[in-house]
Order: sequence, then structure tokens, then C-alpha cells
Amino acid sequence: MSEYILEMRNITKEFPGVTALSDVTFQVKKGEIHALVGENGAGKSTLMNVLSGIHPYGSYSGDIIFKGTECRFKNIRDSEAAGIAIIHQELALSPFMTIAENIFLGNERVKNGVINWDETNREAIKLMQRVGLNEKHTAQIKNIGVGKQQLVEIAKALSKNCELLILDEPTAALNDEDSNHLLELLCTLNKEHGLTCIMISHKIHEVIKIANDITVLRDGKTIETLDNTEKVSEGRIIKGMVGRELTDRFPKHTPKIGEIGFEVKNWVAYDPLDEERAIINNVSIHVRKGEIVGLAGLMGAGRTELAMSIFGKAYGKKISGTLIKDGKEITLNNIEQAIENGIAYVTEDRKTAGLVHIQDLKKNITLANLKAITKGFVINEDEELIVGKDYRKRFNIKSSSVFQKVGNLSGGNQQKVVLSKWIFAAPDVLILDEPTRGIDVGAKYEIYKIILELADAGKCIIMISSELPEILGITDRLYIINEGRVVGEMKTSEATQEDIMSTIISSSAG
Amino acid sequence: MNSIKEFMNRNIRQYGMIFALIVIVMFFGIATGGKLIWPRNVSMLVRQNAYVLILAIGMMFCILTGGNIDLSVGSLVALVSAMSGLMATTIGIPSWLAIIFGLVTGLLAGLWQGFWIAYVKVPPFITTLAGMLVFRGVNNIILNGQTLPLSGLYVVIGTGSVPDIAPNTIPDFLRIGDLLQLQNKPEFLNATMFIVGLVLSIIYVLFTIFNRKSKIARGYEVASLKSVVIKVISFFIVINIFSYWLAMDDGLPIMLILVAILFAVYTFIATKTIPGRHIYAMGGNIKAAELSGVNTKKMMFLVYSNMGLLAAVAGIVTAGRLMASSPNVGANFEMDAIGSCFIGGASAYGGVGTIWGAVVGAFIMGVMNNGMSIIGLNVFLQSVVKGMVVLLAVAFDMYSKSKSRLG
Ligand SMILES: Nc1ncnc2c1ncn2[C@@H]1O[C@H](COP(=O)(O)OP(=O)(O)OP(=O)(O)O)[C@@H](O)[C@H]1O
Ligand SMILES: [Mg+2]
Repeated sequence: MSEYILEMRNITKEFPGVTALSDVTFQVKKGEIHALVGENGAGKSTLMNVLSGIHPYGSYSGDIIFKGTECRFKNIRDSEAAGIAIIHQELALSPFMTIAENIFLGNERVKNGVINWDETNREAIKLMQRVGLNEKHTAQIKNIGVGKQQLVEIAKALSKNCELLILDEPTAALNDEDSNHLLELLCTLNKEHGLTCIMISHKIHEVIKIANDITVLRDGKTIETLDNTEKVSEGRIIKGMVGRELTDRFPKHTPKIGEIGFEVKNWVAYDPLDEERAIINNVSIHVRKGEIVGLAGLMGAGRTELAMSIFGKAYGKKISGTLIKDGKEITLNNIEQAIENGIAYVTEDRKTAGLVHIQDLKKNITLANLKAITKGFVINEDEELIVGKDYRKRFNIKSSSVFQKVGNLSGGNQQKVVLSKWIFAAPDVLILDEPTRGIDVGAKYEIYKIILELADAGKCIIMISSELPEILGITDRLYIINEGRVVGEMKTSEATQEDIMSTIISSSAG
Repeated sequence: MNSIKEFMNRNIRQYGMIFALIVIVMFFGIATGGKLIWPRNVSMLVRQNAYVLILAIGMMFCILTGGNIDLSVGSLVALVSAMSGLMATTIGIPSWLAIIFGLVTGLLAGLWQGFWIAYVKVPPFITTLAGMLVFRGVNNIILNGQTLPLSGLYVVIGTGSVPDIAPNTIPDFLRIGDLLQLQNKPEFLNATMFIVGLVLSIIYVLFTIFNRKSKIARGYEVASLKSVVIKVISFFIVINIFSYWLAMDDGLPIMLILVAILFAVYTFIATKTIPGRHIYAMGGNIKAAELSGVNTKKMMFLVYSNMGLLAAVAGIVTAGRLMASSPNVGANFEMDAIGSCFIGGASAYGGVGTIWGAVVGAFIMGVMNNGMSIIGLNVFLQSVVKGMVVLLAVAFDMYSKSKSRLG
């Protein structure tokens, strides 16, 4: 019996036009937390999909040895039966069902063929305690935050009595507090229950914090496995990932700030489900041309809602306030008008709201600005092709061609497509909502560069991000938003993480 | 090599469909002892099934928006033919005016349904279910159980064909008449039809060659030369056989021209215009489309209004072919149209499907309809067969999709 609970040997997996994995070897010791890192499209998710039977036996080559026996999973049920559970990059919960129902979805507690609600509820409560989820088990998924949803996913995995838990970017959508909670939970489960974990993450500091071993993938190949008992440095891991030293995390830049280009005054928006409740409360912000303004705050502070309500009233009811662009008041009653007026909003939720998954790269990129490639009534498909190729190259979007369906791209590359779409729409005001979520360090750097270029071209940029280092690294000025209000404004050069957090906390208390 | 494979994978559905059409034609050709392919029957097939084609084109757009369907088209066909017929006979206005009146009626019905669907957000299924009942009811009320005989322009549209530009000049040079052992075999071909078919097929060949060359020059992926040559030659042959066959009967049906124009116009809209793009995008992911500035309400409104208009066209065509407006015309037309779209490769979730697919699907439906009638198959059995074909077509779709994903 070897010390490894899992060995994946010489795994090769091809998709039409792409070799996602070539001869990958991956070994996980029993009872450890093993991190899997690598650039977007390196093949991390694919490797885990092979392991969990989503890509069934026969569609890849190589061997999987789990607990000493060779496994040939035909589907996810097989791997679950063997004790492997996977939590996907994009959560897979049913929004209208309760927490308890979701935990036992596909694994229902039954007695004589009928659902045993007593047992379901009792065990759900137990599992929720184990993962530290303070909610009623009858709460609907759509009413709890992403952080809590992530905990439900873990509870669901635990309910299957798994021995190996795979988490694909579990903290990508979480704020620092929720992330910490989750990481602590993983450590506890690992120490107290001996649960072996594989965690994919682009947040290198988290990886260093909790992993025992770190395997680096690049371009579908295993580069190395680092022992993290002595805590490797971030630079070391990044070097493995991108294949070269990356000295700066943020591009150097001297802002060229002009006059005020976009202004929001006394903005108020109400909850569409409860028209008595103000979600955005008298917010006034402005952006100068060439300036990058950050909106810092906790998850649920109302930043996305603010952005969407500005963007052609895509969110909210009873919206009031004034929008001023280039000194002129504008009214944006729908998204078409917003785009016509040069406003763009890059959604944080790329899976459900950012992309048309069944369409190819180029069609997704041109969607928001088809007029630019249309003459008379006819869409010029040649021009579209050129645009597609251009953005694919500029953003380094890993794909077989511009004809690849975006649904098949890796998470980070999908995000690049969303960004391309909005940059192609040539807006004057660009609102970016979590633009680097799930994006690897190298690509982040490239995206920052593009954002800075856009700013230098005189665009007004508003950036929402839950990663404070990012806000501090790239913006010129920032607003702190809490509970739908602006509770602070700072020059980024004078701000620190502590300042921001303390502003948020004191405003919440007051 | 890989890219060719990918190309084939991507187009497997299209080729599969045409292959299925050929198999079905051959099957019924044999099963009817050759009757199905008698020139008379081929030209009847075109006229009798033009309505499916017209409705399927409109239905394809409904389905593309997100798997939505329009259940009311059969009733609307009846209502339009009744309204228009009433105008032409009882009121006595000229037939062209009565036809326009009919088209306006259909468009209004479409606008009405579009309004409820797009702006009040009543699901299409419910709105058109209501429409199905309402239109059928109104049709019955105004016709009061009567059948109105029609004449004039209706009959020209329904049964007419383009005059022969040079009668008795082109003989049946392939001697198909003898081959099929026709009783009253034509000595000469209808020159108009034969020439139109020949010219169109040559244009098609030239266009394909030119298009492929320029696509290569502009860096598109194209199919291998071999597969293109096979495709072009087979299309050339198919178009010419088809026109030869029609030329042996009464030539180029007016209805065929109408259908061809609709096909061209709607293919253009679907593939080359912004509204077309927007419809595909919203079918793929409605939220993403909305956030990209697609006015989804307007699109729904347009699509259902258009469906009303096309149902009216189908109504006029049907009235013309039957030379009458009758209370129970159009029964189950919606099912034929919906079935055609799904046979033709539309996704039940929206966002995937082509007008070309709808047309091939409609042809398959048409051949089945006529083939089974000629055999004399019991109508109930006919319905069983059609149902099974739709089911299997979609099942094949799902199967090939899961295959290509694992690929
Ligand atoms: N179903 C599929 N069809 C075609 N190509 C695919 C498919 N799934 C993944 N790929 C390709 O395989 C490669 C690896 O993708 P994968 O999702 O494993 O990357 P990843 O390492 O998880 O990246 P990220 O950090 O962005 O999530 C990518 O180039 C992607 O485009
Ligand atoms: Mg991934």
C-alpha cells in the first residue's frame, strides 16, 4: 500500500482541436490538502473532470488509481460511489429548493420509497453545523449568499461520505471573510476527519496558507509538485505557472487624468422584490476621464446593484437620480440606450449573464456592438472574423480558433471573451464588475494592462472588486460602499487595506 | 486533419437530415410502386405542402428565441382564409384586395399575440393556446359552418403555374415518361421550368465556387475540396432532377416561387442581419443577450407578429389550393410546422436551428404526408408514424450531441 490515496498516471485528454492534457501525472497523499495551480486553460478543471468521471473512461488515456485499485469511472455516480466528490467552478445548486433539499439532491433519504423528511432535516442540520452554516435548513438557496452556497456544496459533498473532496476555485466568488471561513473549515475537516482535499485556486496566498503539496500545471503538462511544509514563496509558484519570473503584480502606470467625464448624483434604487426597501441610497460618485475609480466593499454592499441600476436600469425599481456624461444629463431607460450612450457594464456573473455559451468566440465578442460591423442591413461577417481574431490575439484567449464555442473555454478564458465584448463596444464609461475573478496571475497582469490602456485613451473606468490588493494596486481613487451608501472616499495612494476595512466596519456599526 | 473532422462533426446534423430525406423519398418511392415520384405527384407534393414550409419558417424563429412554439397557427390559417374568403365572396371585393385583407388579419393576430407574450409576459405556450381556441372559434362563427367557394387570384396562387415560354420545344430527352411507364406521358417539357432550374443550378455552382475561394482568401475554415465537390454535384443533380420532374407536369408552380422567395428572405434575415443575430443570442442565453443590449421584448414581439403574417400567407395559399374557405381547414398544421423544425435540427431550448433546416424538415414532413396518403395508410397510423419520426429525429440529435462533446 503506497502513501498515495490517488495516483493519476499519464493522463492524456484531447478535445477536437485542443490537447487539454498531455501525459499528466498527479499524485495525492492520503490525508493531505493538495493544491492544483496553473494558468487559465492549463487543464486543471479538465483533469478533475477526468478524475470524477465527467469525462468517462475511454475518452482519455492513462490510469487512475484510487485507494490502490484502478478505477474506470463511467460517470459521476461511479466516482461518488468510490468516495470522490467534486464541487465545480460554477456552483450547481437548485435555486428554488431549500438548503436541506439541496444537500440531499440526488442522494435523497428515503424510507419505503418515500422521502423521509425527518431524517433529511435532522441530517441536514447536523451537516450544516459541521460546516458552520448558520441558516435555517428551510431557507431557499437563492436567498443566501454565495459564501453560504459554497458551504452548502461542501455539506452536500460530506453527505456522500466522500474521502476525497475536489474543490474547483472554491473561493473565487467569495470575499476575504467568507474565504477565510471556508479555508479554516477545510483545515478542520482535513485534520479532524482525515478528509483528503484537492483544491484548485488562482489565489496563491491561500494555496500557500493551507496546502501540504502544490502541483503546477502548464499547457496541459505537469510542471512540478512543490512541498509546501516549509511554505514556498508566491514568486516560486508563479514562476512555475507562467514559466518565467513575474516581478510586478501590477503594471507601472502614470495616470493622465482629465476633467469629469461621468457623474452619478443622488442615485436611489429600490429592491425589485420589495419596493419599500432602498438598495441604493443616495449615492453620488464621479469619474474623471482617464481615471480608474474603485468601488470597494463587502459582498452584498450593493456595488453590483448600483452598477446595474445605472446601466439602463438593468436592476431595481423606482430608480431616481441624475446621470451626467460630458457635462450633459442623460437618461438611460434601457440597456440599448446605455450602450448607445457609451456606457458598458462587464457583469460579474459570466456563466449566467455574460456569454452565449452555444455560440462561438467571434459572435460573442461582437454581440454588444453589431452595428459596428453592419452596413445597411447586412452584417459583414468578414469584419466580424477579423475582430474575433484580433481580440483573440490581443487578450491571448486560449482556444482552438475563433470558431470555438465559448461554453468549452476554460473559466478564465471565458472572462477574457466577456471583456473583449465590452471593449469592442467602444464605451466611454466602462464599469467592470469583478473583472479578474477566476483569472490567473499572468492573465490578470494582461487585463490590468488593457484597463490602463483604456484609461490612458481617456475612458472613465469604474472597477468593482472584492480583492482589496487589486483595488489598491490599480485604481486612482476609490469609494467605499456599504449597505448601499457611499461611506468613504480616498485617494488610492493614501489608502491601506486597514483604512478601508475600518471604514466599512465603523459605518456598519453606526 | 483534425479540423476536417471537426467540420464534419459540426455539420453531421445537416448531412444526416438530407440523408434522411433521401431515404424517406426512396422508401416511399418503392412503397408506392413508383407513384410517389410520378411528375403529377411531385408537383402536387409541392402545392400541398407549401403551407408546412411557410409555417415552419416562421415557427423556426419562435423556437430560436428559446424553444417557444406557436400553437395557434393552424387556427389562424383557418381564420385568415375565412376572413379573406368572406370579403371576396359575400362582400364581393376584388380578390387581390381580399388577399391583402387576409394578410392584414394575420398580421393583426400576430401583433395581438406578440403583445401578450412580449409585453405582458404571458408565456407563449399559454398565449398561443388561447389564440388557437379564439381564432378557431371566430372562424367558425363567421363561416357559420359554411364552405365558401373561391376563385380568381386565389386559384392562381393555389394551383397555377408560370406560363410556358416555349411550348413543345424541349422533348422529354431522358425518356423519363417511358421509364416510369406513365399512362399519358408528356412528349415535351415545360421550357420555363426546365430553364429556370438549369439556370439556378448553374448560378448555385458558380456561387459556391466563388464563395469558397473568397472564404479561403479571407481565412475562414472551409470544408475539404472533395466534400464540396460532392456537395455541389449532388445539389446540381437534385435541383435539375426536381425541375425536370416539374417540367414534365405543368411547370413552375406559382407557389414554389412564393416559397423560394420566403426562404431567401428569411435566411437572409436569420444569418445576415442584426435582428437575426439577436434572436439567436437570446435563444442561447437570454440574460446575457439582454445585458448586451438585445431588446428581447421587441424581438419576441417581432417574431410572433411575423408568425402571424406567415400564417396568413399559409392561409391564403391553403384557401387557394382548396379553392374554398372552410371551417375546419388547418387542423394540426401547427404540429406539422413544429415537427418540421425539430426534424430540421432546431434545439428545443432555442438558439440553434436554421431556416434551411426548417425547409428540409418540412420536405420530410411533406414526403411522409403524401407518401402515406398514396399508400392509403390510415390517417391515425399516419399520425403515429409522424410522431415517431419527430421523436427519433430529436433523439438522434441528443445522441450525436453527447457523442461530439465526448469526442
Ligand atoms: N468540452 C470541451 N471542448 C473543447 N475544449 C475544451 C473542453 N473543455 C475544456 N476544453 C479546453 O481544454 C483546455 C483546458 O481547460 P480547463 O477548463 O481544464 O482549464 P483550467 O485549467 O481549469 O482553466 P481555468 O483556470 O481558466 O478554469 C482549454 O484550452 C479549454 O478550451
Ligand atoms: Mg477551471
